[in-house]
Amino acid sequence: MAEQAQWDRQRVSEIIHSTKSMAGALLPMLHAIQDSQGYIPKDAVPMIAESLNQTRAEVHGVISFYHHFRQTPPARKRIEICRAEACQARGSRELEAYAKEKLGISYHGMTASRDFSLDPVYCLGNCACGPSVRIGDEVVGRVDKTRFDELVDDAMTLPLEISS
Amino acid sequence: MSDVKNNSVSTKVYIPRDTTSLSLGADQVAAALALAALNHSNDIEIVRNGSRGLFWLEPMVEVETDQGRVAYGPVTKNDIDELVNSGLFNGAQTHALSLGDPEEIPYLKKQQRLTFARVGVTDPVSIEAYQQHGGFVGLEKALAQSGQAIVDAVKESGLRGRGGAAFPAGIKWQTVHDCGLEEESPQKYIVCNADEGDSGTFADRMVMEGDPLMLIEGMTIAGLAVGAEQGYIYLRSEYPVAQQILNEAIANAYESGFLGNNIQDSGRNFHLEVRMGAAAYICGEETSLLESLEGKRGMVRFKPPLPAIEGLFGKPTVVNNVLTLAAVPFILAEGAKTYADYGMGRSRGTLPFQLAGNIQQGGLVELAFGTTLRELLDEFGGGTASGKPMRAIQVGGPLGAYLPESQWDTELDYEAFAAIDAVLGHGGIVVFDDSVDMAEQARFSMEFCVAESCGKCTPCRVGSTRGVEVIDKIRQGENRAENHILLKDLCETMLHGSLCAMGGMTPFPVMSAVNHFSEDFERTTG
Repeated sequence: MAEQAQWDRQRVSEIIHSTKSMAGALLPMLHAIQDSQGYIPKDAVPMIAESLNQTRAEVHGVISFYHHFRQTPPARKRIEICRAEACQARGSRELEAYAKEKLGISYHGMTASRDFSLDPVYCLGNCACGPSVRIGDEVVGRVDKTRFDELVDDAMTLPLEISS
Repeated sequence: MSDVKNNSVSTKVYIPRDTTSLSLGADQVAAALALAALNHSNDIEIVRNGSRGLFWLEPMVEVETDQGRVAYGPVTKNDIDELVNSGLFNGAQTHALSLGDPEEIPYLKKQQRLTFARVGVTDPVSIEAYQQHGGFVGLEKALAQSGQAIVDAVKESGLRGRGGAAFPAGIKWQTVHDCGLEEESPQKYIVCNADEGDSGTFADRMVMEGDPLMLIEGMTIAGLAVGAEQGYIYLRSEYPVAQQILNEAIANAYESGFLGNNIQDSGRNFHLEVRMGAAAYICGEETSLLESLEGKRGMVRFKPPLPAIEGLFGKPTVVNNVLTLAAVPFILAEGAKTYADYGMGRSRGTLPFQLAGNIQQGGLVELAFGTTLRELLDEFGGGTASGKPMRAIQVGGPLGAYLPESQWDTELDYEAFAAIDAVLGHGGIVVFDDSVDMAEQARFSMEFCVAESCGKCTPCRVGSTRGVEVIDKIRQGENRAENHILLKDLCETMLHGSLCAMGGMTPFPVMSAVNHFSEDFERTTG
């Protein structure tokens, strides 16, 4: 089903072509692919490997090493809760328990509607204003339960972005 | 463009665009203010500056008046109408959110801002504003000197690596400088470690979002010093705002001839690029960072060879933290001695401390080394945010020790902290109130090591998992005495047997919790 959703082979091919000559090209290439497609499609791995004269295993090893890269399509809104100490000191443990209950998923999970995913993040660098949450690309500080509800409600009511 | 500005009588209004201010609604404030100005037919120019680092006052709006700047904060979009009606555009100071001259706010006034002098003051990407506030003076002086003279100045300043390890920067630079002297133009690199992953730290981010040209200038000077023409800033992917601002600043620097070939007609070249990490704490370790920059898994390398001799792509490489490189323009511009006059013992200059966690007045406090932790908290912190008593303070990130109150009189100095089995690290200070369960914190330290270990060495990879299990047993009351001995033994093994600081320092927070907060390990949970 949606596991291998539509991805733009042509566009990925262009990205590979335009980044492969950089020094240490693999990370910039993976970033550019994920930025454009939302994830690194499984079938793009052989294309990447070939362009860099590496094995598929090497490319897979790099993708799986970094928390940032994903190999399945993302939720429409990614929610990340900071789990690091400075946010713990401001109640992030209670917040993460609340978020899991509210969304009905655990960390690394996605709601059945594919609207939200929930992930831990180790520090958003907003340590004087915790607990911090990142929703999509936006970092939000001092998130209590009420504020979390607002963020989720806002994300539901705003027109969701569909990447072309 | 500048003609238009000069001829108009628009009022300059400053609203920060750094991550923290944005996380508290700065964009909404800017939009509301622009709309209010339109409605009141006020001609304003909104400048998006960095944050001055008084985070409990963000978003802080500043208005330029004939008598200098005046500030208001913390401002939300709902305050704008009232503020405008009470005369914000004229700098009136009648509203409850009025703060007066921001430079006179005690929190700021009591600091010794050398590195952070411009942060929060200027438009971070404006070359013109940077130069008006003393920018590129250091570079100009460096261009007139030999590489060795620059290295000597950095040595004389006593500058030590601000990333945590505190290795003398000048000695590292000397090693890279001396590599390949017999070759015509040896390939060398300057790499900026901007993978600021420690919880409780945000000083690197504030520099990159508030005064990125200072970092660019520092890296260029490093390039001139050691003979490198290519630099990379390895930036963590959790910092998209910093990425945006850095790239704007780099583009402007290229356009104005402060980067690229033939910098300011000197015949010298320096190229700079931002490279994004991908959420791996271990990549803040310098050899793992280099692997990542080369497009590989961020696995820690054995040392030797030192990166200064065989670094990026096997070439001599300076790897320095953002704050180390950002301190360099001041040293060149004002003189090594001026910088070295600050500080104590072998810790020279200033350190930007970051007050974080459960704290009323969290933010950035740049001070000379030597103040005690307690003075820093009393003078600046304003107590906990929760109003409860402070109980534990973690200094130096997730690999730093938790300090009980009996240790808060320790001077903030690398050696003084090492003497109590603690680390100053990158200057992050995370405050916990008395609701903290230190056994849970100790467990988290091990759990964090499980999540972030690169897996290359056994003490770190396996030790951390075993550490979580042993702490769980202690917390559940299972063979407590024996498991405490086992935990201590495990920590010893990790401390002495790990390849890098990840496994080697995880015992610091764990053992400090066990030693100083033992009562928390005697309660039985779950």
